[in-house]
Amino acid sequence: MSESPAVPGKQAINDVGMLRSDYKGAPSTLCQGCGHNSIAAQIVAACYEMNLIPEKVIKFSGIGCSSKSPFYFLSRSFGFNGLHGRMPSLALGAAFGDTTMRVIGVSGDGDSASIGMGQFKHLVRRNLPMTYIIENNGVYGLTKGQFSATAEKDLFLKRQGTNPYLPIDICMEALVANASFVGRSFAGDPKQVKELIKSALSHRGIAILDIISPCVTFHNQGGSVHSYVTGKEMEQPLHDISYVPKRDEIMIGDFEEGTTQEVELFDGSKIVLKKLESEYNPRDRWQAMHMLEEAHRNNWLVTGLIYVDPDQPTIYDIYNISGTALNRLPPEKIRPPRSELDRLNLTMF
Amino acid sequence: MQSNPILSGVGLKGYPEDPVNDFSITFSTVNGSGSATANTTILRALFKMGIPVSGKNIFPSNIQGLPTWYTIRISKKGYTARIERDDIVVAMNQASIEDDIRYLNPKGVLFYSDDIALPPFPGTVVTYPMPIKSMAKETEAPAGLRDYISNMIYVGILAKMLDIQMAKIRLAVEYHFQGKEKAIQSNMEIIQNAFVWAEKNLEKKDPFRVEPMDLTNKLIMSDGNTAAALGAIFGGVQFSAWYPITPASTLAESLNEYLPQYRKEPETGKATYVVVQAEDELAAIGMTIGAGWAGLRSMTSTSGPGLSLMAEYMGLAYYAEVPVVVWDVQRVGPSTGLPTRTAQGDLTFSYFLGHGDTQYLILIPGSVDECFEFGWKAFDIAERYQTPVIVLSDLDLGMNQWMAGQFVYPNKPIDRGKVLWEEDLKEHITKHDGKWGRYLDIDGDGIPYRTIPGNQHPLSAYFARGTGHDDFGQYSEDAKVWEEGLNRISSKLEKAREYLPKPEMNRTSASAIGILSSGSAHPAVKEAIDILKSDGISTDYMRVRAIPFSNEVRKFLHDHDRVYVVELNRDGQLHQILSLEIPAEAQKLIKTTHIDGLPLTAKWISGKIRSNEETIK
Repeated sequence: MSESPAVPGKQAINDVGMLRSDYKGAPSTLCQGCGHNSIAAQIVAACYEMNLIPEKVIKFSGIGCSSKSPFYFLSRSFGFNGLHGRMPSLALGAAFGDTTMRVIGVSGDGDSASIGMGQFKHLVRRNLPMTYIIENNGVYGLTKGQFSATAEKDLFLKRQGTNPYLPIDICMEALVANASFVGRSFAGDPKQVKELIKSALSHRGIAILDIISPCVTFHNQGGSVHSYVTGKEMEQPLHDISYVPKRDEIMIGDFEEGTTQEVELFDGSKIVLKKLESEYNPRDRWQAMHMLEEAHRNNWLVTGLIYVDPDQPTIYDIYNISGTALNRLPPEKIRPPRSELDRLNLTMF
Repeated sequence: MQSNPILSGVGLKGYPEDPVNDFSITFSTVNGSGSATANTTILRALFKMGIPVSGKNIFPSNIQGLPTWYTIRISKKGYTARIERDDIVVAMNQASIEDDIRYLNPKGVLFYSDDIALPPFPGTVVTYPMPIKSMAKETEAPAGLRDYISNMIYVGILAKMLDIQMAKIRLAVEYHFQGKEKAIQSNMEIIQNAFVWAEKNLEKKDPFRVEPMDLTNKLIMSDGNTAAALGAIFGGVQFSAWYPITPASTLAESLNEYLPQYRKEPETGKATYVVVQAEDELAAIGMTIGAGWAGLRSMTSTSGPGLSLMAEYMGLAYYAEVPVVVWDVQRVGPSTGLPTRTAQGDLTFSYFLGHGDTQYLILIPGSVDECFEFGWKAFDIAERYQTPVIVLSDLDLGMNQWMAGQFVYPNKPIDRGKVLWEEDLKEHITKHDGKWGRYLDIDGDGIPYRTIPGNQHPLSAYFARGTGHDDFGQYSEDAKVWEEGLNRISSKLEKAREYLPKPEMNRTSASAIGILSSGSAHPAVKEAIDILKSDGISTDYMRVRAIPFSNEVRKFLHDHDRVYVVELNRDGQLHQILSLEIPAEAQKLIKTTHIDGLPLTAKWISGKIRSNEETIK
């Protein structure tokens, strides 16, 4: 929709003069068929189609397979690969350097649902404007196939035996921590992944995207929602989601009246949700929790925009931060003048 | 600071008992009863009378109900170290009365609340009962405020009995209540009434009293944590993340208190700083490093247990070369240890922090003045060398009130180090064959050029990481790349040696004996040197202010036959580091350590050195 018409034999240039290749990262060294690669490709597509300037994006990750993926998109963006489970704190501190930047974090279930649970939930409650993607495969890949905290109970893995514990539901944890945007998707559903990423990038606040991303090497067995086959079978989209940038508003006319809901985001863009089988209102936190519980009981992989509150104050609002990038303040703006110290000395006892 | 005779304690002799302007008062109270206000009032009033004073709070890790002691040392010679003698005890707590009397000078004075049952005590002690309970009742104050009022009563009684000027007490009360007229009036009334009561009912039987002097002109009173926060503000701090921990919390709280005054955009009223109370120290350091990487002057403040949690991220900052400042206000470890007592026990931990090969630049302030100075200087050092700087303060320095010089404005412009914004990068690339590498050492000093997120130049971005990386920030597992990268960082920090704050020295005695210490051991060592001198043992003194050590330290060790390394820990951590860094002189070092949670005293230090010198003879 926002791409210029393609000229045969030439790559299309978007509205900020960038080619799709300007959003690319290094070639992936993850396994062939890894869900994470498909998510990275959708991040590239989303940023290209949204006309983002790569230098206006910063990306973060923790430790694990997922945490390698920021290297595979947006090479022209600054990035920081932090410690296991501690990407949220790193991102929060860095985001204050220049609050006009868009922040993308990529984590995994091992990274965010175990050691990282505390930082994950505290970042959510602080509502840092950031797209926080959790590439969720239920397994530790980089250390060769141990259970993660999102692995389903009774799952059997070759060297681990049977998982005795109930899984953690990342979307539920995000909701409980008062997240202002919660979505779930499936790497095997690239269109939905892309629309959710675009919506998340336009959301002013924390946007948690739990994306089931099968691990083809250690955990892709049928019967588990973390596999391609079963994930696809069990997927139940809440709605058909489309992201509509501000200037394409006219497109909304394409949707049949009465069949859609719209959510207007801070930058004027809209999320248009086309009704599928049943009614679902993503602005209702209570309904969202109820739905997740129901999905858990029935072993459904429910995908889509689970919850959104576009108006929740962000950490930038709370701190009433200057609009000027803090990291560009000249010395005279950060060191008070001598006269202030003279005055201070007089007020000391 | 060196030039002020009061703060450096220069030219002093002996240690005679003198009842005028040279004694100590210990207030024995119950914690949570508001006694801090009363004790600080007396401390400040004495200070305003021009008499050198110091105050030490020995408090429990508890909110309310346990014994707490506050000792004021009055010293016309300007000594500020802890003293192992209570000349006057003000006893307000039945639970601790036996201990209180045990530490009382047998020729001392006991003021006590008359509801306390006194155990046996030396007949030479002068006693003054104080009808605290009945006087508190007379004020008709609500029951909830009675403890608080009780403490103000002893302020009035002491003022009368020791000749503390009421006008100065009023100044202290006014300062404490910051213009709250009603609170000032009611407190002054209580103090005044108690003064009058003492005048009518107590007969002076002891020789202790104070007389005005003029030795505190142009000095201020502050605690080290407040000074550190103010120093950081005058160093342009932009970001601080912290987690509550005694004795460091008041440092971050002071940032919260003072930053709004200095760092709001006048046009918009918006803040140009961020202080975040994190969920724990793991997050506090993560946020601090994120902000430092993103080009903000970034700091955190913690104590030992917090520093333990920060270790892994500090290693990442070391290897990814991110400037951050970490204040460790030390308390007694290991483990939870004695959380409200002081120590110099995190020296070797800071020095070795982290797995793999790491090094940190360490600053050790020895006074409130230096807390302010290192508050701003630490940022310049961290950004110049693109590395974490650890500042080791401690509870004694950080939380107690000290006399200090007025804060001195930074004498150097802000040094942001080698940062390339858009135009700089363009120029840099043109000059260097079209190349810029985040970790490329172009100048041969080991310090590369860094770009900062937000830079819009299309070649400015890089991916920071704790994994192996080459000169251009690209992932690498290459053996040579790894070794060369790590060695470059080491060479970079080696050059900091002579740039860090130099040691303070007093080598006037030309003695063969040296004393070496650091941080808050300073006041006790200074006093011990005077005692030793009066005993006929002259010594030279060096106080190190930074690690790695400069060449002066090597020379000081070289020039003396033996060097006592005085520190407040068990293992002699400064001694250990000196032995490692200057092995050729290690045999000369004499470990002189003590760890009981209390600040060192001149008596202990001089005794230790004297007895060792005697065995040598």
